[in-house]
Amino acid sequence: MPPFTIVAGQAAPLLQANMDTDVIIRIERLTAPDQTRLGDYAFEMLRFLPDGSENGTFVLNQPRFREAPILLAGANFGCGSSREGAVTALAGRGIKVVIAPSFGDIFHANCFQNGLLPIRLDTATIAALAAEVEVCDMPMTVDLSEQTITTPCGRTIAFDIERRRREALLLGLDDIGQTLRLREAIGAWQAADRIKRPWIWKGALGPSD
Amino acid sequence: MAKTLLDKIWDDHVVADLGDGWDLMHVDRHLLHDLSGALAFDEMAARGLPVASPELCFATVDHAISTMPGRTARTFERGARLYDRMKAGVTKAGIRLFDAGTGGQGIVHVMAPELGLVLPGMVLICADSHTCTNGGLGALAFGVGTLECVHALATQTLRLQRPGTMRVTLEGQLARGVSPKDVILHVIARLGVAAGVGKAVEFDGPAVATMEMEGRLTICNLAVELGARSGLIAPDDVTFAYLAGRPFAPTGEAFDRAVVQWRGLASDADAHFDRSVSIDVGQVQPTITWGTSPEQAIGVNEPVPDPASGIDARARADMCAALDYMGLEPGRPLAGRKVDRVFIGSCANSRLSDLREAAAIVRGRRKATNVAAWVVPGSVAVKSAAEAEGLDRVFREAGFEWREPGCSMCVAANGELVAPGERCVSTSNRNFVGRQGPGARTHLASPAMAAAAAIAGAIADVRTI
Repeated sequence: MPPFTIVAGQAAPLLQANMDTDVIIRIERLTAPDQTRLGDYAFEMLRFLPDGSENGTFVLNQPRFREAPILLAGANFGCGSSREGAVTALAGRGIKVVIAPSFGDIFHANCFQNGLLPIRLDTATIAALAAEVEVCDMPMTVDLSEQTITTPCGRTIAFDIERRRREALLLGLDDIGQTLRLREAIGAWQAADRIKRPWIWKGALGPSD
Repeated sequence: MAKTLLDKIWDDHVVADLGDGWDLMHVDRHLLHDLSGALAFDEMAARGLPVASPELCFATVDHAISTMPGRTARTFERGARLYDRMKAGVTKAGIRLFDAGTGGQGIVHVMAPELGLVLPGMVLICADSHTCTNGGLGALAFGVGTLECVHALATQTLRLQRPGTMRVTLEGQLARGVSPKDVILHVIARLGVAAGVGKAVEFDGPAVATMEMEGRLTICNLAVELGARSGLIAPDDVTFAYLAGRPFAPTGEAFDRAVVQWRGLASDADAHFDRSVSIDVGQVQPTITWGTSPEQAIGVNEPVPDPASGIDARARADMCAALDYMGLEPGRPLAGRKVDRVFIGSCANSRLSDLREAAAIVRGRRKATNVAAWVVPGSVAVKSAAEAEGLDRVFREAGFEWREPGCSMCVAANGELVAPGERCVSTSNRNFVGRQGPGARTHLASPAMAAAAAIAGAIADVRTI
């Protein structure tokens, strides 16, 4: 995973609450043989009208926000399905930061697995950011190392992020590599558990028939 | 210190304290399916990683398999490719597969409990958000993404922070015509779809204590629609009676020893929850969703809410968008609204008790001519048991299609879609925009309410059928 640094660019306001992962990426796109172009299909049900033409009123279709790397979102963004394709579809569109009052738990975890930064800010602060986007045409800058956002009108605001998460993003750390170094502890735990809870391990023998 | 059910399971599974509130947690059961399984094994191969504990992993095929009568895993072509990759992965690793065409196949959250693969006190994961279903048996069960799934395959652990705790106490008893599905839709409508974000939700109270296991699985199935990654119900005599004799459950003296441990899992009487809510289920009516979020649910005779009642401009705009998508006007009840499809299935409601509940409404009647009605049993075992009782004949004689087990029209990953603009009463768990197919209009309801809609040709109060 490449390290996360500073992101600067337009911030697209998409403030509808409970934006679910089915809307972010349709399941049919995840069963297609080619999984490398999911970004083309992000939000497709909002980006296109039933006749297949572009919906000009959808924020990511507006010329200013087409390449926006930052999304200002509503509460419970990414709720619903566990599909990691929701994160890779956003990343495939060039979105690197999503700012929302809250996130679906699995989506939130998936973001960190894929180098996308989810920032939690309260609804009023996000509404103020969206208002600034309307009046100031400067980019927004998100600095993970400083934990600051420089707003389009030039204010600086701070955001909280869990220390481990921040470090892993900044360094591009790989969880699996780190855990594999704890193999001995896992083996010892499992050896003790086979005695404590033998029924958990019965599957190794197959069902009782 | 007094502990919750979550705390007890959590503390039992910490392999290592990673600091800063992070724990390396052992995973006792890892369930795999065709869609996420294929992606995870691709990633394992790309990284050259072997599976650490294949004896704790179990696989089946459900998401992208056709449910057409006479189907195989190859009938739906896109699904066949996923299936091949998943099957190659599990075969290479030595993971047991409950394959298409064999007795154990089914929707992963239906077949796993019925085989006894899910036991109280376990930590159980699957790359599927409805893994929370399995918490009905007193396991800590939650959905993961693909790379967390890969982490678990490679190490049989996950790096996790302990979630917060929430208790939802269901007081009273269900009225006639009201099922666990109505109760959980009512709870979601009352508390909102974000109420459980960051928390594990434990359900308790008199209505839970007297609820059969399959109803508990339905309650926990929709915990994720409350925003919670996990739903939990403490194991009790109902749980132990359900588990006894299941193929992967312990037997004889080992079962008795297990029960002694399982009895100790219930939350201590004075345990602290971050939030506690009490809801009287005696007042719950047959409930159905009107919008595009599970929280947009009302009693079947209540009027569709007016967006003017929204708390702010954002809420009003979201309600207007939902009404527009659903083709509804505020102020009128949903009862009487014509429907095109009825879908009885999914990990929420495709178990034997669900099919019995629907069949009791359907028996001796015909579906309306304007409705296409499907019954998709949750597993081969459910299908066989239902056929042994003659439920398949009840549905077939009423004009319903009786199909093969799989996720089908709940997630529409297998080519089985609700057409654009069609209105569908569905026993599934998500009414999101496009969930059952682009432009599909989904109304979530209980099996009895879905059956009533098929008979009436319109949304109907099951108590009047």
